Amino acid sequence: MLEIASLRAGYGAIEVLRGVDLAVGAGEIVALLGSNGAGKSTLNNNVSGLYRPFGGTIRFDGHDIAGAPSTRIVEAGLVQVPEGRRVFPTLAVRDNLELGSYRRGKAARAQNLERVLAMFPRLKERLTQSAGTLSGGEQQMLAIGRGLMAEPRLLILDEPSLGLSPLLVEEMFGLIGQLNRQGLAILLVEQNVVQSLAIAHRAYVLENGRIALSGKASELAEHPDLRKSYLGH
Amino acid sequence: MLDPAFLFAGILNGLLAGGIYVLVAVGLTLIYGVLHIINFAHGSLLMLAMYAVFWLWRLLGVDPYAALPVVIAGAFAFGFVLYRLLIGRYNHGRDENILLITLGLSIVFDNAALLFFGGDTQTIDVPYAGTFVEIGAAFLPLPKIISFVASLLICAALGLYMAWSDTGKAIRAVAKERQGARLVGIDVENIFAISYGIGIACLGAAACLLMPTYYVTPTSGHAFVLVAFTIVVLGGMGSFVGAAVGGFLIGITESLGGLFLGEQLGQIGISLIFILILLFKPTGLFGSKA
Repeated sequence: MLEIASLRAGYGAIEVLRGVDLAVGAGEIVALLGSNGAGKSTLNNNVSGLYRPFGGTIRFDGHDIAGAPSTRIVEAGLVQVPEGRRVFPTLAVRDNLELGSYRRGKAARAQNLERVLAMFPRLKERLTQSAGTLSGGEQQMLAIGRGLMAEPRLLILDEPSLGLSPLLVEEMFGLIGQLNRQGLAILLVEQNVVQSLAIAHRAYVLENGRIALSGKASELAEHPDLRKSYLGH
Repeated sequence: MLDPAFLFAGILNGLLAGGIYVLVAVGLTLIYGVLHIINFAHGSLLMLAMYAVFWLWRLLGVDPYAALPVVIAGAFAFGFVLYRLLIGRYNHGRDENILLITLGLSIVFDNAALLFFGGDTQTIDVPYAGTFVEIGAAFLPLPKIISFVASLLICAALGLYMAWSDTGKAIRAVAKERQGARLVGIDVENIFAISYGIGIACLGAAACLLMPTYYVTPTSGHAFVLVAFTIVVLGGMGSFVGAAVGGFLIGITESLGGLFLGEQLGQIGISLIFILILLFKPTGLFGSKA
């Protein structure tokens, strides 16, 4: 579904990604792991069309989308739920969700809104409240709900567990599994190695702008290098 | 000296003048809210719109009120294209460059107007200009009542558009969270251009409502924008409601100032309010800190 080959990207003269290969197949959860500054968000934002890559290819459904505007990428069904939520603070929760279907999924907006609200009852209680007044966990739900309103075919989740309480983190990973079982392909970008590997089918480890490790999630969980660098034993 | 009827008339007059101020200020605050810059070309664009109304009347005999739809649409198109071709293309992604571009445009427009239209004061003669309506002790010119009501209707329509339409919501979304907006597939550059277009469309409306009672020269837009800027600061930069409330407050202040201090000094009150707001509530009446 998503095929990234020898992707080079960065900001100005600084190259952050130095030849990254990565693929997500239909129906898969693929985890992209890595510490702060490894280049995870750079990768997302190049895939989503916020930045133009220096080189390499990004294919979605066989079409090259490297350097395409974000409007076209969302239209194709590749939707990112960004790190830091990026909800619209002055707009009501309902307006935030409705804008999720600004470019794609407009026809079924009402049904999708029902579906998202059934998934996040907390948002239903706060429909008329402005998004800026929500707690961090609620904003994360809103960001994911907004992403789902576009009827994504591939959902990129950038650090969905960041800043959440352990209980909410548990809930979040449960939800990601649930979305995937409904057939949604997910690229899960995380620092939370243990829980991501438990839920993902395959995983990549990004280090200094290159893929250092990749393979089946179950195998990576046992990999000595990964255990050493991320789990301390 | 303080005859209540006199005071009543002054307040009514101020409210009526405020309607136009609100329109000019709403355009200014909308552009500020979305693009995060003061549109320095605001006064010059108002002047151009006033000339458009004047020439439509002079050459084609179009009544200024009948010209409203055409001038509003034309002003929107002009603002949209101006943003797309010049402002958006040459700002290189930096808000402060927009400021310089609009300042440059203002100079070009003012001097182009001087070159083509000359420096003479131009007015429109409409049959209803001398019609007065008696409300209590106040005699109010009919065109000012019309402009007041029309301003309110146009602002209300714009408010509803911003609250209910997808484009209106997208404008408010882009104002605070550009990256989030890009990620739901909003064409942010296009929203910038639409917002600029709407801001200028407000000027088009103001020009139509002004011309029956006012005059136009190549510099006549600037007086309004100075007042509008005070209104925007008073109401809170980027606040729609603030611009509306501030517009009427300033209109009344100016009118009462004129009443008590004489026409020449009437605007002192406005400057005084401006200074007081900066001293005691720099975020404005309805402004947010961020």
